[in-house]
Amino acid sequence: MVHGEAWTLKEFFTYPNEYIYWTIQIVMYPFMTGLVAGAFVLSSLYHVFGVKELKGIARFSLVFSFALLPVAMLPLMLHLQQPQRGIEVMMTPHFTSAIAAFGIVFSTYAMIVASELWFVYRKHFVESALALRSIPQRSLGQNLGHLLFSALTLGAMDISEHAIEADERAVKKLAGAGIPVACFLHGYAGFIFGSVKANALWMTPLMPVIFICSAVVSGIALCILVYTVTMEIRKFLAARKKANYPELPSPEELKSAEVHVVTMTAKYLLMFMVAAITLELLDLIFRGYTAVKSWDILRAVIYERDFVNIFVVQYGLGNLLPFIMFLIPGVTIRRAVVGSCLVLMGVFMMRWNVVIGGQAFSSSLAGFMHYKMPIIPDSVETFKEGLFGALTVAVVPFCIFYVLNKVMPVFKETH
Amino acid sequence: MISRRSFCKKSLLIAGGLAVPLAALELFDPKRLLAEKEDGNKVRWVFLVDTHKCVGCGFCVKGCKTENEVPYDANVTRTWVERYAVTKDGKTHIDSPKGARDGFETTKFDIGEGKFEDVKNEDIDKAFFVPKLCNQCDNPPCVQVCPVGATYQTADGVVLVDRTWCIGCGYCIMGCPYGVRFFHPVYHVAEKCNFCYHRISKGMKTECVDACAFGARRIGNIKDPNDPVTKIIMTERVNVLKEEYGTKPQVFYLGLTKEVR
Repeated sequence: MVHGEAWTLKEFFTYPNEYIYWTIQIVMYPFMTGLVAGAFVLSSLYHVFGVKELKGIARFSLVFSFALLPVAMLPLMLHLQQPQRGIEVMMTPHFTSAIAAFGIVFSTYAMIVASELWFVYRKHFVESALALRSIPQRSLGQNLGHLLFSALTLGAMDISEHAIEADERAVKKLAGAGIPVACFLHGYAGFIFGSVKANALWMTPLMPVIFICSAVVSGIALCILVYTVTMEIRKFLAARKKANYPELPSPEELKSAEVHVVTMTAKYLLMFMVAAITLELLDLIFRGYTAVKSWDILRAVIYERDFVNIFVVQYGLGNLLPFIMFLIPGVTIRRAVVGSCLVLMGVFMMRWNVVIGGQAFSSSLAGFMHYKMPIIPDSVETFKEGLFGALTVAVVPFCIFYVLNKVMPVFKETH
Repeated sequence: MISRRSFCKKSLLIAGGLAVPLAALELFDPKRLLAEKEDGNKVRWVFLVDTHKCVGCGFCVKGCKTENEVPYDANVTRTWVERYAVTKDGKTHIDSPKGARDGFETTKFDIGEGKFEDVKNEDIDKAFFVPKLCNQCDNPPCVQVCPVGATYQTADGVVLVDRTWCIGCGYCIMGCPYGVRFFHPVYHVAEKCNFCYHRISKGMKTECVDACAFGARRIGNIKDPNDPVTKIIMTERVNVLKEEYGTKPQVFYLGLTKEVR
């Protein structure tokens, strides 16, 4: 079986070699990098622009952004036909290709996030290392913990007020440098699509900007969602532990903090959403108005074949409905969670409609292709490029976040 | 002892000082010297398709699949033939069942997923066949987008794929407006028509040219003014496919009409 044949349905005239070559994993790729970039931008709003209201979520989104980072690469590796050669992109980059910059942009960004995290958590590392060092008879676990935290301090044990202030200045600088790099990381994912001149749907200079705006939207939405879920778990745990440890915050205190953070974050979500939708609609109107050669088939795809996906699911349920939900005064936690879920789905559908929609028509402009997503895998290929492959990619960041949270607790006051 | 500051200063100075004479090395780039001397090389392979002569037998597709070891039954092919029928109602019917490997066995048009459309002879205003293959573009988008440089253009114009280096990302497949690229079902890397490079570089013709009994396909060297193919391209009205993409395709067609995709 030829790659792509298992999930491609062809209608009317398509070239013999045309299949849906870029499937669900390539939908996941911009979706995941979007979440990375969005979460980072959210944390930078606090660190760089000093938006105090976002303090509660800033550290959380920074760690989550770091947890998402390795996962932005995973879908790319999964879709390669020769994944063992993936490293060549870093070793022998061919710089006329948009993909070749991936290694450089990605590792620059990873280094910035990692060093920012280090400065944010250095005090915590030092304190943990010292606390473990003071225990005379350490168990194996404590020994390993001591080793880990001592290594993480990188030998910088000074946590005087002066040193911590220097840390904070470094965080601010790194976060400032990180914003353009995060935008570049994602805008460049948009460029990968926007620069394919052979594809009538993809080719637009607006693509990188659209990708950045929707990235920030999805990143913020995911942070609201995960933040509320973890806060709910904390409330539950707090109620249980309150009896033994009276110094812990009470469930009521947690709840009021939670509502405040969510309301503030939702405002930024709305702002970026307006920008994203405006650009997307501009693109659509421009295509219809200029109506170049490819418009006939694009119209058939946008207004007929993918109508439900684009106008009902993406714009209706994914944009308009949450927009109204967040605009109605008195946002509650429940409404914010439902709204964030809808926004996430909307952004996912936008990626889907770009990646799969861009392959829904033949480059002969005389035929259509339909992606039938493999659900039950019957081979490695249908696993990777089907539902379960996508689910794997979606679950991994949460596992990484769980582990990272053990080392860098997002809710502990370190300053 | 040297201080950190003076170490940094001195190393920058040395690096800068070295860079000045190193910049001169560019002047002696042998490739550029050769190119300036005589346009680099004497061969640029081009292809000429005479659509008037094609009968849609599909022998070229069969020959190509065998010669280039593209699995015979796989639904991918390096070259294919398209059938066009323009009916009185102004509609254009196009198909290429299995790339026309077995020719066109029925007058019905293949519209995908096992369905066929009946087009009556009396409704047809004009009908013709168009063979397709890689255009070996002068500005190949597939070479531009390859992230690892696994696909490249030879000095004589043919675009090749290095099977040992291709990572199989599919960006080149997406970048080709002509749909000539696919993943090889055995090697799992990008695959395309290469004008039978192993044959033409030994003085032979491509397999599809040899397989065509009607002379619809011809290969030539555009740099040689005495080449019969060059003569036709220079003196007759030829056309290329999808010029608007700026790819500068090097497969020339006689008898191309606006309906051809």
